[in-house]
Amino acid sequence: MTLRRPDAACALVTGGSRGIGAAIARELAADGWAVAVNFQRDEDGARRVCEQITAAGGAAQPIQGDVRCRDAAEGLLRRAAKLGPVLCLVNNAGVRADNLALSLTDEEWESVLDTNLSAAFRLTRLSLLAMIRARFGRVVNIASVVGPRANAGQANYAAAKAGLIAMSKTIGVEVARRGVTVNTLAPGLISTDMTRDVESALLEGVPARRAGLPDEVAACARFLASDAASYVNASTLFVDGGLAA
Amino acid sequence: MSAQATTETVLDVVTETLTGFGTEREQITPTATFEELDIDSLDLAELAQVVEERFGIQLRGADVKDVKTIGDLVELIAARG
Repeated sequence: MTLRRPDAACALVTGGSRGIGAAIARELAADGWAVAVNFQRDEDGARRVCEQITAAGGAAQPIQGDVRCRDAAEGLLRRAAKLGPVLCLVNNAGVRADNLALSLTDEEWESVLDTNLSAAFRLTRLSLLAMIRARFGRVVNIASVVGPRANAGQANYAAAKAGLIAMSKTIGVEVARRGVTVNTLAPGLISTDMTRDVESALLEGVPARRAGLPDEVAACARFLASDAASYVNASTLFVDGGLAA
Repeated sequence: MSAQATTETVLDVVTETLTGFGTEREQITPTATFEELDIDSLDLAELAQVVEERFGIQLRGADVKDVKTIGDLVELIAARG
């Protein structure tokens, strides 16, 4: 089994144009991965991330694609593979559509499950064979403390993130003996566009008494994608200032 | 370009792939079962990928679920060649 990352390997980061995804893309590039920075609409953001990476001596390419589209996954991986064999997949793309359960619409339920969970599964399924053949692979799924912890108004988000954690564990044990790890990061309150509107209300419950930074989540993603994390599999790393404890 | 899928070439590719998984070469006989060789569904999924790359023949889960021995698998693939 290859415990060392093969040369010229590529990492695909979904939702990499801003926030946590952008930070992860930069951090993986700093660790020597060629990075395919996926975006849905924010092309400027994705290009900025790629420019930051190349200015620092790394390799990156923006790749447009809506992960919700069932047909998009193959195209995303095919285009990413032009940078090198895709041996790291970071399923970061995610959306929120908050409402109390008795008011959540089918559309709000399905769109969050589809983007945050089903899309991650489809991309993972398609990326596994290349990793298995290479005897090296890293899937890092970005979940949340919401899921393991309740958060009123986010039944859909919680279900998707909890599902992501469970999915990661099962797939991780399926492929472990081929040198492929599948792990989850569970960020707590991280200061990004997605949390700006709720930050101050939630800080009281955070033992660290502050929001986390995207770079702090990215450092954990870098570790999980690294050779040093070869024996870490089917696990969840909480990056939450103690919130889930 | 895909290779010709004869019984001989298929057996060669299957043997080469399974020894790569750690199976002892001398144990890979036409009557050996996957169970005896400790070949599971993950191994078969990877073997199916190799078969597709080498011979251009696609194998799905339903195709192989009733296949028990190396010989059965080789015949199945060669028949599709």
